[in-house]
Amino acid sequence: MSYNWNWSIFFEPSLDGTHTYLTTLLWGAGWTLATAFAAFAIALSLGSVVGVARTAPQAWVRALSTCFVEVLRNVPLLVQMFLWYFVLPELLPDELGTWLKQLPDAQFYTAVVCLGCYHAARMAEVVRAGLQSLPGGQRMAGQALGLNLAQTYRYVLLPMAYRIVVPAITSEFLSCTKNTSVALAIGLMELTGSARAMQENSFQIFEAFSAATTLYLALNLIIIFAMRRVERLAVVPGYGTPQKAA
Amino acid sequence: MLNGFDLQVVINALPYLFMTGMAFTLTLTAFATLAGIAFGTLLAMMRLSRHRALAYMAAGYVNLLRSLPLVLVIFWFYFLVPYLAQWAMGASRPVRVDPFWSSVITFTLFEACYFCEIIRAGIQSLPKGQLLASQALGMHGGQSMLYVVLPQALRNMLPLMLTQTIILFQDTSLVYVLSITDFLGATAKVAQRDGRLLEMYIFAALVYFVISLLASHAARRLQRRVAIIR
Repeated sequence: MSYNWNWSIFFEPSLDGTHTYLTTLLWGAGWTLATAFAAFAIALSLGSVVGVARTAPQAWVRALSTCFVEVLRNVPLLVQMFLWYFVLPELLPDELGTWLKQLPDAQFYTAVVCLGCYHAARMAEVVRAGLQSLPGGQRMAGQALGLNLAQTYRYVLLPMAYRIVVPAITSEFLSCTKNTSVALAIGLMELTGSARAMQENSFQIFEAFSAATTLYLALNLIIIFAMRRVERLAVVPGYGTPQKAA
Repeated sequence: MLNGFDLQVVINALPYLFMTGMAFTLTLTAFATLAGIAFGTLLAMMRLSRHRALAYMAAGYVNLLRSLPLVLVIFWFYFLVPYLAQWAMGASRPVRVDPFWSSVITFTLFEACYFCEIIRAGIQSLPKGQLLASQALGMHGGQSMLYVVLPQALRNMLPLMLTQTIILFQDTSLVYVLSITDFLGATAKVAQRDGRLLEMYIFAALVYFVISLLASHAARRLQRRVAIIR
């Protein structure tokens, strides 16, 4: 192969003049993690609400939450990113739209909200699957004890459902971390974005992408090891073996 | 605001969006699905093979690509394929590869990992007795795979494969990062040329939504029809 390898490129100053390329890549990894955590916080909370709504007794609540899930799952993430970033400020009243456009780190907030909603739709399906995997007797037993609907969910159904779906939450979080890379299209300098910038400025294509690959693998491993601990803590004793999500 | 919604912009762009953009997206999806299933089957066979080395190689490849974001993989192959082509053809400099074929190669190699896992799960979900029965009938490994295991496994995983194809269809929009004119790329070009981001992106979302929704409904109907009753 006619390619000039130059691994010492990482220690050369990048185009911003102050940091080395290695530092910019690590900053990129930092943005990736920050985006993933913030987005997943939204996904987990919003997804739980929508997931519960998908199993609610009221038909209109179920219909509304089904719409939310179907819309967010059937539009590509990149298109959603553009909608939040380019289209939303146009739809808002003028002052609000301008404020939104001039927000410092607007790309970051947009990416967080967009990814949060996208993964909320997928988390809703996970939570729903967990709730529906419980025997119907659980809900009835809760009501027989005189709990109202909210209490039945709060004290009987959700604690079990969450513990059953922890492995699926792990894979959702992994895919959320990977999906942060889509935000490079709206200019967020996360890991893939900073590797891309390094490649464009230094022409050391394969070094830049190798470094990004290594960092992604490291992130994956850390997340998997951390979540394995959570999975061991969360496993319900005697409740069969938790099914891994396909 | 919405009262400024200019439908005419979208109508004028329709031929370009569909003849150029959607044609690219759909052919890419079709090629990558077929090649991805073929390579994915091969990977699944390797993962389930008795030879340890083959199984480890396939597992390493699948797990590596599944832990990387697609955007990064797209960049990797976009730059790597010219060098690979140079090496394969013995050329003196990196070969220029058509963006379409570069994308086909990328998506095939990437989606094959996901197809591989679907196929592997499908094969493993068959009752063990099926394989034992075929061996009791005197079939050798290849025969029992071909006549007993795969026909049932493929039938079981057909809906999942269709779902994965829908995901692939949505994922093709990511070739945007290479400024390729797929459906989203075409939309973005018109949007920027005419300064009409609002109309164009909402239209793009709508088209993706309708196609994916119809396809996922088809997948659900298929699931009911092909389910093997035991």
